[in-house]
Amino acid sequence: MTVPSPRRWSGQAIFMGWATLVAVGLAAPFVVYPVFLMNVLCMALFASAFNLLLGYTGLLSFGHAAFLGSAGYVAGHAAKAWGVDPLLAILAGTAVATVLGFVIGSLAIRRSGIYFAMITLGFAQMVYFLAVQLPFTGGEDGLQGIPRGRLLGLVRLENSFAMYYLVFAIFLVGFAVIHRTIHSPFGHVLRSIKDNEPRALSLGYDVDRYKLLAFVISAGLAGLAGATKALAMQFETLTDVHWHKSGEVVLMTLLGGMGTVLGPSVGAIIVVTMENYLTGFGDWVTVIIGCVFVVGVLAFRRGFVGEALNLARRFRS
Amino acid sequence: MPDDLILETRDVAKEFLGFVAVAGVSLKVKRGSIHGLIGPNGAGKTTMFNLLTRFLPVTRGTILHRGEDVTRLRPAQVARRGVVRSFQISAVFPSLTTLENVRIALQRPLGTSFRFWSPASSLSVLDDRARALLGDVDLQDLADVPAGELPYGRKRALELATTLALEPEVLLLDEPTAGMGHEDVGRVAELIRRVARGRTVLMVEHNLSVVADLCDTITVLARGSVLAEGTYATVSADPAVREAYMGSAA
Ligand SMILES: Nc1ncnc2c1ncn2[C@@H]1O[C@H](COP(=O)(O)OP(=O)(O)OP(=O)(O)O)[C@@H](O)[C@H]1O
Ligand SMILES: [Mg+2]
Repeated sequence: MTVPSPRRWSGQAIFMGWATLVAVGLAAPFVVYPVFLMNVLCMALFASAFNLLLGYTGLLSFGHAAFLGSAGYVAGHAAKAWGVDPLLAILAGTAVATVLGFVIGSLAIRRSGIYFAMITLGFAQMVYFLAVQLPFTGGEDGLQGIPRGRLLGLVRLENSFAMYYLVFAIFLVGFAVIHRTIHSPFGHVLRSIKDNEPRALSLGYDVDRYKLLAFVISAGLAGLAGATKALAMQFETLTDVHWHKSGEVVLMTLLGGMGTVLGPSVGAIIVVTMENYLTGFGDWVTVIIGCVFVVGVLAFRRGFVGEALNLARRFRS
Repeated sequence: MPDDLILETRDVAKEFLGFVAVAGVSLKVKRGSIHGLIGPNGAGKTTMFNLLTRFLPVTRGTILHRGEDVTRLRPAQVARRGVVRSFQISAVFPSLTTLENVRIALQRPLGTSFRFWSPASSLSVLDDRARALLGDVDLQDLADVPAGELPYGRKRALELATTLALEPEVLLLDEPTAGMGHEDVGRVAELIRRVARGRTVLMVEHNLSVVADLCDTITVLARGSVLAEGTYATVSADPAVREAYMGSAA
């Protein structure tokens, strides 16, 4: 499956894109329920972080929930039990996910393809087990009533608007890191590894080290999303470390378009919206989402954003 | 004179689950030569390349580069020592442009390849050199085309330009003219002759006129063993070679 990489967006186009993104993000909570938006933004960041691996390095991780969830638990615990500053709680969660990413990544990148996916899944199952067993996670109940606290001791985040803008700022930072990583000397090496790993190796690149760094960045940003989400939603449960979540992020990324900058976010909007508005259907939600996924991927092989870019490219040439 | 030899294998062997692909080959590649490695399909030529570049571990034997033992190095380390291979099937980075393909090779010595925080525009200092390398293989007009869209012969030319960007000391070329039309074959052969100046080339090639034309020394491999060695005249007169190679493949 080749992804049409949009060649050479002009600086102006990129600026306009960012300006639009910021404007929409700033206005959104006046139109849509902020808590819902925060959930969307966190999942969008999660999927974008995942896409750095799948879409830009060619690695399919099937255990990314481990990073989302562990960061959520750590941030939630830090905020609830220790009462630390919300930013510090988020940083703590992110740091734990990053370290976990290094540990899991170092072992997983020794294999490729399906074996890589299975190793990440195996580790994620261990993290799930820990989340069930460890006392501080609250087991089946999870962590409830996580206080959002005061940002830097000043801004009360119990106000959903204040919290929303913090989440939006974090999303933008995470998104910017991903965007820059893709368009960096490092990102170019990643793309070469995705395109043709033996060739990259024959040019003298220790491909495993590049994959590992990509994995660690991806895990860290997935953790950032999870930690932020725990504070925004004020709870953290086993759902976030469950393998369903690891599957869901694959779904979002493919639906929106892997290897495109905006695709995973679009996929996250679609999936979270469906989950939100279809809750009345109970267990049928997964069936409906499954159908949408199958139809979406069959009809739009490159994902929604991927197909749109492809169309745009054909019009231009 | 050991430093006369740039690459040497001593009784190198490779088995795949009991199947002997290379059965104790001792190869001596002289510095500055164009050395041909020929033999029928399945003789173990590509496997030898995989062993020399450490893409596969040897089952037995020693590999020396400039007299130093490189048998246990990582593949990327061998590449960084200047022993660079090409592949039997064309190996480009299809989603990168032609220019970016060459730049990937130029980029590593810059030492910024782990910088995920630097803008890609920091790589544009390499563009002039990349264009010059593309010019050497007549690809300068296709600099902004994704490599995946190039016709086959042009991909092979791009692959060569990318390899040359590393300024390798030893070039290992696995069937550089395979699948090419007549014109492209002549062009690539000429290019190899040109780039071989001041370097060493070890090439696997099925096109015997190219081999006869370019190679100073030829090693004939059959069923994982060396059958004959010498100039084209010597090996092509060898009855065992005629039997195993010309007889079956040509
Ligand atoms: N990874 C592998 N696993 C198992 N067997 C292999 C492997 N690689 C090569 N072989 C076997 O080793 C033998 C030598 O293969 P090799 O590719 O080196 O031949 P070759 O001389 O390059 O042939 P050709 O001219 O067709 O390219 C073949 O019989 C092949 O099937
Ligand atoms: Mg071969």
